[in-house]
Amino acid sequence: MVVFEKPKALTDKVFHYCPGCTHGIIHRLVAEVIDELGIEGQTIGVAPVGCAVLAYDYFACDMIEAAHGRAPAIATGVKRSMPDKVVFTYQGDGDLASIGMCETVSTAARGENVTIIFVNNAIYGMTGGQMAPTSLIGQVTQTSPYGRDPKTQGYPIRVCELLATLDAPQYLERVTVNNVKNVRNAKKAIKKAFQNQIEGKGFSLVEVVSACPTNWGMTPQKALEWIDEKMLPQYPLGCYRDKDQEV
Amino acid sequence: MQEKTLMKGNEAIAEAAILAGCRHYFGYPITPQTEVAAYMAKKMPKIGGTFLQAESEIAAINMVYGVASTGKLAMTSSSSPGIALKAEGISYLAGADLPALIVNVQRGGPGLGGIQPSQSDYFLATRGPGHGDFHVLVLAPASVQEMADLTGKAFELAMKYRMPAMLLADGTMGQMMEPVVLPEPKEPAAQSPAWAAVGTECKRFHNVVNSLYLDPLTLEHTNFERFERYAAVERDETMWEEFLMEDAEICVVSCGITARVSRNAIVEARKRGIKVGMIRPITLWPFPKKPLQAAAEKVKSFLCVELNMGQMKEDVELAIRCKKPVDLCCRVGGMIPSPDEVLAKIIKANEQGG
Repeated sequence: MVVFEKPKALTDKVFHYCPGCTHGIIHRLVAEVIDELGIEGQTIGVAPVGCAVLAYDYFACDMIEAAHGRAPAIATGVKRSMPDKVVFTYQGDGDLASIGMCETVSTAARGENVTIIFVNNAIYGMTGGQMAPTSLIGQVTQTSPYGRDPKTQGYPIRVCELLATLDAPQYLERVTVNNVKNVRNAKKAIKKAFQNQIEGKGFSLVEVVSACPTNWGMTPQKALEWIDEKMLPQYPLGCYRDKDQEV
Repeated sequence: MQEKTLMKGNEAIAEAAILAGCRHYFGYPITPQTEVAAYMAKKMPKIGGTFLQAESEIAAINMVYGVASTGKLAMTSSSSPGIALKAEGISYLAGADLPALIVNVQRGGPGLGGIQPSQSDYFLATRGPGHGDFHVLVLAPASVQEMADLTGKAFELAMKYRMPAMLLADGTMGQMMEPVVLPEPKEPAAQSPAWAAVGTECKRFHNVVNSLYLDPLTLEHTNFERFERYAAVERDETMWEEFLMEDAEICVVSCGITARVSRNAIVEARKRGIKVGMIRPITLWPFPKKPLQAAAEKVKSFLCVELNMGQMKEDVELAIRCKKPVDLCCRVGGMIPSPDEVLAKIIKANEQGG
């Protein structure tokens, strides 16, 4: 008897992610949710530019590769074309909160009935570790070699809090995947974000605070600890909007 | 057969797009094409279509990309500065082999330029409006009737060859009113193409709409394959109109509003015994090289009449391999040459001979 299988919503393609990277866990959670909701055949995913650029090879549903930051606009087009299908984007911090911030905020403000999985690891991974809009104060990266200095490089952006100023979003939650309990909570949030869309409730975004051991210059274990020590004080876990609870 | 109605050029585009089966329009306000958006905003909700005022030109073209990925007709419209913003998305459409219609009702530039008519995006349109090796179909209407006809044609060709098409009009074409016979309505296609990302229904391997190929050999192959398609477009889809070319010794080359002005000048020149005719490119890419090459065997000289500093003149010189002199009559910045200005150039060309 097989007790632990690969979700059907993932292809057989081997992930290219670095050891200790949490993209693998998050991909799996999204795929498990797609399986559990039985929506693989009706789902269209939009992949970003960034470490997850090859996500279109990994998810077994139909996939569209977006230009950098434009995934929410593309998802809008797909959803308007086929309102009965399930449309999600999978984006990193540079993609969603820097070059694509306009698309992110506007899609949320329209309450577009799509699901966004936002992976925040506070760094540009694919290009080799540059400062992200979510990099922490003092964080050393290739483009903040002396540590992020708020005087010249500004402050990190809290996406959930920012979007929670808008009226339209249905659901905004920040989760992480650095231990078993948190992984379980992350899956619950992701499932809710997809369910909301199926029920026609509108814009849902789940921010997943993630680890990048390679570009943080840490062991995978240390990177997971660093999430607790450094990331979560800046990015507190929790639900920032759930219209279901407001009623 | 539909009845003749009086319409503004921009409205003719919008109505013709709907009649062609397009149900998805995304745009951002910019003069002088905003009537397209206004028309769509009124009409689309009543026929179950989508009108969405996007947050930016960039978002609008990416929304088009989203709909195009599902195999349906989608369009956006803008004017010159907005088209520059769409360049990124147009390149991605070309790279992913997606059909779409982009309308550019040109205004003077560069920069913010002005809001009066121009043809100064000729290079932008014909040399590939975006990064990478690619073409878009470029159609240049010279009447409100053609605004309508070429909108339908652009959708048809875009879908047939899986490439973006640009309707390249000038501000005059967008703003002027003329009688137009609208095309017969077509219903949106019921079936989606095999490549579309519409959900697998768990019946096939997933479709991926994509322009990323990390393996250089594969990327090279996609470029080669695309250019084979372009060769077919050049062979089969080039469109132009000839006017009084049979005995012409001077060949005017012009498109859009300047072709209309030139026509008047040519009629006047003929009254004075000057043998002048015109080749009016209707597709700017593919460019009508063959009729120009044929003309180069007969005429003494060419005269390009344009609302730019001679961008199309370069294509004429390339097409005829500089076999004959090519003069330029141009106004820019929103100015339009009068028939007399064109006539003066024709008279000068006649005096100079070949």
